[in-house]
Amino acid sequence: MRGKLPILSVTLNMTFKPLLPADTIAHNMADLHLPLRAQEAIVEADRCLYCFDAPCIAACPTGIDVPGFIKKIASHNEVGAARTILTANILGASCARVCPTKVLCEGACVLHDRDEKPIEIGRLQRFATDFVSERKISVLKPPTHQNGIAVAVIGAGPAGLGCAAELAQLGYSVTIFEKEKLPGGLNTYGIALYKMTPAFSLEEIELVKSLGVKIQCGVTIGKDLQIADLERDFKAIFVAIGLGAGNRLGIPGEDLPEVIDALTFIKRLHSEPLEKISIGQRVIVIGCGNTAIDAVTQSIRLGAQHVSVVYRRGADDMSAYDFEYAHAKHDGAKFLFNCMPLEVVAHGGHVSGIKLVKTHVNAADKLEAVAGSEWIEPCDMILKAVGQEKQVPMLKKLFPALTMNERGGIVTDAVTGATSVAHVFTGGDCSNAGREVVNAVGEGKKAAHGIHQYLSKKQPEFPTQHSRLGHKPGASGSGLLHPIRAHELEAALAKKLFSKGKSTK
Amino acid sequence: MADLSSNLAGIKSPNPFWVASGPPSNTAYQTHRAFEAGWGGLVWKTIGTPIVNVASRYSALNFGNQRMIGFNNIELISDRSPETNFAEIAEVKKRWPNHAVIASLMVETREEWREFVKRAADCGADGIELNYGCPHGMCERGMGSAVGQQPEVAERITSWVMETATIPVIVKLTPNITDITAAARAAKRAGANAISLINTINSITNVNLDTFVPEPTVAGLSSHGGYCGPAVKPIALNMVQCCAADAQVGLPISGIGGIANWRDAAEFMALGATNVQVCTAIMHYGFRIVQDMNEGLSTYLDSKGMKSLSELVGKSVRNVNEWKNLDLNFQRVARIDYDKCIGCNLCYIACEDGAHQCIDLVAPESINVDLGPGRVPYKVLPSIREDDCVGCNLCSLVCPVDNCITMVEIKNDKPKMSWSELQDKVARGEMKPIPPHP
Repeated sequence: MRGKLPILSVTLNMTFKPLLPADTIAHNMADLHLPLRAQEAIVEADRCLYCFDAPCIAACPTGIDVPGFIKKIASHNEVGAARTILTANILGASCARVCPTKVLCEGACVLHDRDEKPIEIGRLQRFATDFVSERKISVLKPPTHQNGIAVAVIGAGPAGLGCAAELAQLGYSVTIFEKEKLPGGLNTYGIALYKMTPAFSLEEIELVKSLGVKIQCGVTIGKDLQIADLERDFKAIFVAIGLGAGNRLGIPGEDLPEVIDALTFIKRLHSEPLEKISIGQRVIVIGCGNTAIDAVTQSIRLGAQHVSVVYRRGADDMSAYDFEYAHAKHDGAKFLFNCMPLEVVAHGGHVSGIKLVKTHVNAADKLEAVAGSEWIEPCDMILKAVGQEKQVPMLKKLFPALTMNERGGIVTDAVTGATSVAHVFTGGDCSNAGREVVNAVGEGKKAAHGIHQYLSKKQPEFPTQHSRLGHKPGASGSGLLHPIRAHELEAALAKKLFSKGKSTK
Repeated sequence: MADLSSNLAGIKSPNPFWVASGPPSNTAYQTHRAFEAGWGGLVWKTIGTPIVNVASRYSALNFGNQRMIGFNNIELISDRSPETNFAEIAEVKKRWPNHAVIASLMVETREEWREFVKRAADCGADGIELNYGCPHGMCERGMGSAVGQQPEVAERITSWVMETATIPVIVKLTPNITDITAAARAAKRAGANAISLINTINSITNVNLDTFVPEPTVAGLSSHGGYCGPAVKPIALNMVQCCAADAQVGLPISGIGGIANWRDAAEFMALGATNVQVCTAIMHYGFRIVQDMNEGLSTYLDSKGMKSLSELVGKSVRNVNEWKNLDLNFQRVARIDYDKCIGCNLCYIACEDGAHQCIDLVAPESINVDLGPGRVPYKVLPSIREDDCVGCNLCSLVCPVDNCITMVEIKNDKPKMSWSELQDKVARGEMKPIPPHP
């Protein structure tokens, strides 16, 4: 049992410096999921049933014709497979690496229900997209006709890139303005290195540029350029600025040098030599979302000996996916559920521990501290992963007329990406308050067609496959329009049926 | 335990599983291995004037993740001397007196046939198989399928053989002929004791799209080969049944063609084969496959209460009839078990694009079906319009879940009526012709 009193008497060999040599870290950060070899890909592709109106398509927020590209792999038409993928999703190569496929396409695979392993759609997608990128085969061509209409995109993250690529293919002249030095947003700065490297993200962005999209990095809108400048030079603006800085804990000691925002830490991993990055021996990660998991697993890969996650609720409430949680546990992370931080404990101006208190849900269904249950967990580094700030102040400053929703996102038309301002469209995290890369790409793509509709006054023609799927508008056809999450829908249904006392069969 | 012992025209073997004439039956060494593994008999690789083979010799048809569903070869008959072959047969028979060893022969002249038939009997072979089927190489020299494709030539040569034969003679038929029964009847007329079928089918399995030379490739050229393996089973079953049902044939049949397990063997026997021969499956997996064949067939016979193979042989022959005798008024429709349906919609698209447009995709609640396995909420479900269903089977064939779509008989009050009966009634003016489908 932990003592209730501070245990500063324990002498810890505290360190906060780089711990491992470069080659060890490189080994640790290598691909978590190996690429499929050619024969493996064929064997896997041949397992696919080639469903008609397949649920995996409905589960893909960019509506990739999954069985279509898989059958092309099976017939050795890898170029055609890559074209199917990249036509639907310009960032198909990175989505193949970073998508939580278990809850998206693979989660919806019908083979689950024949008690078989679902098709490894993500790895097959990687196989096809790697095939063309390794051989420098261009499967998408810039349009032959340019309409001369200029559209500005703010933010070169997945949403901005998705929108820009689609607009370029529709004939628009697109310029993306990015405040960072490099384009890609979270794809370049925020993905666990064992899933995807910044170099890969940048290489993928070359595909977007090859369609004629111009990207200006190091330009902050509102500082280097004003909205009025954009409104003068561009007919429409797509806003894809993502979310803001990491939320603060609001506890004493938070500003000590070893207390770092998890996203800042991860961004550092993506911009500095890994062997120069300081890491604690004992790391505490606050929060239990997928960013927290990325912080945990990468801390361990940098050499941290003890990594614990502190989460104020229980395992059932965490937002991290089950497979990410399993991954962190497999890496050796400890999870401290139902407790929250009260104060960062310092020793000589440096972090030496964190004071935690147990929590419980009271009669009013509110989370509260259990009085007298405080203890100090020793640590020499704290990573905060408790969500990101919304961009409300920034957006209000840029576009005073923009309507925001209560969650801090921009009020957005789900199909066209339109906002309360006629020439302003949006998508990605600043609109949906934070979802997957693939959602951002899909929203960017839909908004491109929304912008096209706005500027051309034509009805949008969404590039969805013809489908009879979906008898409710809320779940119709391709996942591009209304992506589903099979497991969530099924869980909700099961709950409903159980509450009625029925079997789920 | 059912009795698996087999007797084909007087040739006895402990079970009905024979190694067919081909690469696995080339030597005494292989024959010992085959009998040790449990094979009941073996037809020796065809003996004749030794030939010279080429490299390469085989090619295959793969499908999906399955290798060699079809197999093709351009290998000729034995490249070893008749002396060696006959001496090895004698050696094998000494060690395995109760197993059947058949000498497969292929020579040209009457004198040669008489000589080889005598040598086969002298070395102790239990029977002779006449190779009139080899469709590549040998036929260019006037042997093999060149003989089998001309019933009168086959009949003449067989009668030469029968003049000398003191042991049972099996004529092996080529499928590369329009009417297999013509060749089978010729064998009967010449006095043969049994027929075996099918030999391999003329084939080119695939073309190399880089070199544009089909496989197997020999220094930039290929040749027409002989096709066998699981993919030929339906062709072989058809021909076996044709011979078994033909009153003018009336010979015991040794069934060959794509047999890989006991179920295949049982189907051949049900359609009239007294025993079976296997080659490609051995070339794929080795002699060991026979263990499952013996065990599986025995268990099957027991489960059906059959005491011996004779109760199985021919059981299905009369269940194949001419189309004109089928009942036009029999009705059957597809039914989906929604507790098993995984929502792949393959039945829908197969019916819609490939058959008769009798399946709709509908909201589950509209047909009062709950969400079951694999059905994403709001996803539509296939629903069969039974009134339009023609009972073709296609949906049940493409369905990837066992017993999910079943074909169900729909009772009606119409009397059984075949096309022949309909024609007769129409001719007599008792009925009007059935109007065309809209």
